[in-house]
Amino acid sequence: MSAKGLSFPKKPFKTFGGVTVPHKKATAVMDSVIMPPPKQVVIPMQQHIGAPCEPYVSPGDYVRVGQMIGDSDAYVSAPIHASVSGTVSKITNIILPNGVKSTAVVIDSDGEMAEDPTVLPPIITGLSDLLRASRESGLVGLGGAGFPAHVKLDIPEDKNVDTLIINVAECEPYITSDHREALENSWAVLSGVYAIKQLLKIKRVLIAVESNKPDVIEVLDKIAYNRVRDPKNEVRVLPLKTRYPQGAEKILIQACTGRQVPAGKLPVDVGCLVMNVTSVAFLATYMKTGMPLITKRITVDGSAIKRPANVIVPIGTPIKDVIEFCGGYLQTPKKILMGGPMMGLALYDDTMPVMKHTNAVIAFGENEARLPDETECIRCGRCMRACPMHLMPPAICQAVESKDINGMKKLGILDCMECGCCSYSCPAHRFIVQKIRTGKDMIRHSESK
Amino acid sequence: MTEKLYVSPSPHLRQGDSTRGIMLDVLIALIPAVVASVVLFGFRSLLIIGVSMFSAVLSEYICRRIMKRNNTAYDLSAAVTGLLVGLNMPVSINPFIPAFGSVIAIVVVKQMFGGLGQNFVNPAMAARIILMISFPTQMTRWTYAFGYIRTLDGLTTATPLADPSGLRNILDLVVGKSAGCLGETCGAALIIGGLYLIARRVITPVIPLTYIGTVFVMTALLGQNPFFHIFAGGLMLGAIFMATDYVTCPMTFWGKIIYGIGCGLFTVLIRLYGSMPEGVSFSIILMNILVPHIEKLTMPKFFGKEKKAS
Repeated sequence: MSAKGLSFPKKPFKTFGGVTVPHKKATAVMDSVIMPPPKQVVIPMQQHIGAPCEPYVSPGDYVRVGQMIGDSDAYVSAPIHASVSGTVSKITNIILPNGVKSTAVVIDSDGEMAEDPTVLPPIITGLSDLLRASRESGLVGLGGAGFPAHVKLDIPEDKNVDTLIINVAECEPYITSDHREALENSWAVLSGVYAIKQLLKIKRVLIAVESNKPDVIEVLDKIAYNRVRDPKNEVRVLPLKTRYPQGAEKILIQACTGRQVPAGKLPVDVGCLVMNVTSVAFLATYMKTGMPLITKRITVDGSAIKRPANVIVPIGTPIKDVIEFCGGYLQTPKKILMGGPMMGLALYDDTMPVMKHTNAVIAFGENEARLPDETECIRCGRCMRACPMHLMPPAICQAVESKDINGMKKLGILDCMECGCCSYSCPAHRFIVQKIRTGKDMIRHSESK
Repeated sequence: MTEKLYVSPSPHLRQGDSTRGIMLDVLIALIPAVVASVVLFGFRSLLIIGVSMFSAVLSEYICRRIMKRNNTAYDLSAAVTGLLVGLNMPVSINPFIPAFGSVIAIVVVKQMFGGLGQNFVNPAMAARIILMISFPTQMTRWTYAFGYIRTLDGLTTATPLADPSGLRNILDLVVGKSAGCLGETCGAALIIGGLYLIARRVITPVIPLTYIGTVFVMTALLGQNPFFHIFAGGLMLGAIFMATDYVTCPMTFWGKIIYGIGCGLFTVLIRLYGSMPEGVSFSIILMNILVPHIEKLTMPKFFGKEKKAS
């Protein structure tokens, strides 16, 4: 890694593939609005990658804002906190958007928003304090993956991380929640960056912003030049090319440092740590106030939404309450997405609660909801040119169709990050990503046998 | 909430192109060649092109009906095949021959192997070769360009490839003032069509450039007139419209280069040393068959596999 040196790139490194998607970021210029606490919140016990939490409360208990209501002994997990004050009415089972079953704590809000007395700013003197604090805060990767932050920050001793990349790419259409976070909370972003940089002894911080957010670049560039906290000017903003999927971790690392994360390896293996801008800003706020992760800024947009906006909502708020807060539906919704249109999950109804890693709720009317019919593959090769991982989607699909597990693996199916560039660019409108998921499932099944 | 929602896997956006749109672009790109054929050979060319297109679309329709598959007759891919078959006919031909050629292209070469996307050789090219072997006299009865103005039947002559002596200058070849099939003589019209396809990003220029470039270099090295060879015969039509057929050309970048060079090499060898002047047809079909192997050889390296992790 040392061979590459630690220069600050003026221009992003070249990345392969990708597609140009429509921006549709009309909410980028609107100030976020804070939603009042809803009547009832449904807080799932699985809002992260890793072991689900066990509920620590039972029906009838009175909970306050910020009180821990679920935790797990497992290392890869993150505790869950009450986002409103009120009475636990029941503990129920729900099916999350990704099809996973989870227990959920239902709290009837009393509208008081009474703060829990245990909410106190953490005392942070060293790295172990930071790790403990980020676990207690319930922080998970807020960019969408939901990977517990304390696991990510706990860098193995044999690995050397020299670069911290702050992800403000936000390459998905419609979504502007990170964009607003960076604008409205820019000081928190920077103080979070300085704290992590100092405690992890990181020498280079790149704040990667797609070029379609000139206001973010300008604001962060101005305050990133801070002689007191950053005398060597080791925190800089790097404008990226606007191209989907620029915000995907592996692509982002390549664009920022020119390094490629090998297949099956993690960013730490190439000396990089990637954090979402909202995660960093939250960490800084947590250090100041001690209030755990109980609200989330989400973008509510799409052709079926009357008043698109960025809304700061308590976690666990049912989506239909958020949409109601945004003026309700403009037309009959035909598809509701949690996340962006490229990688988001389609919901089967609008009672699903907002979770920690939810960054958008998008409701489409009939026109956008209907996908064109699938036709035969004409081998045009557009999917191949679009694939940022240099894969050959048609060959993978063929292997999946013939259930050739070794063939799929050889063709790199496990490297696919399901960004959707192939399906997006396919003139035959084939469901390539779905087929690849089927293939991955086959591999998982064959390995568990 | 009473309305049911669509639940589908991501991505939930599409870029908006369709197979039909691509095929329509190819048809548009061939308009200059069709216009040139009418100017050079008279309105009879429209009859031949019309018959072969109609026959192609009809056979596609009937085939899909008989096989009880979704009907692809409207996606214009059969129309493109029919048009290419028509453009590969001499003007004096009996219209039943191109009609028969289209039936072969669609039924035997395309649908019997599974329809669009499954045929391993270019249907129009295969049909041309079958017709060439089945009807050698009719298929090679060339007429001079503007022959229809001079006499009613036109004057028959040899293609410049078989008899280069009749050729006056290269410019005649470029504008198409020579004998040959309907669509292949006017190089300028074909190049305009090719530029349209490249501008619309329907094709990449890799295959036409490597193909034509190889023919140019090879013929120059072998002491021939390279300009004559790239404009004579079906090279332009083949390199721009037939060799770039998605279904039968490699998807990988380096595969396209190997394929283009291979087509060029075989074309020159067949033209100079073969007993038939059918260099373009045979070389494209030959390379079509090699495509799966070329693709396997030129598989892209996955992300993160380029260098060893240090």
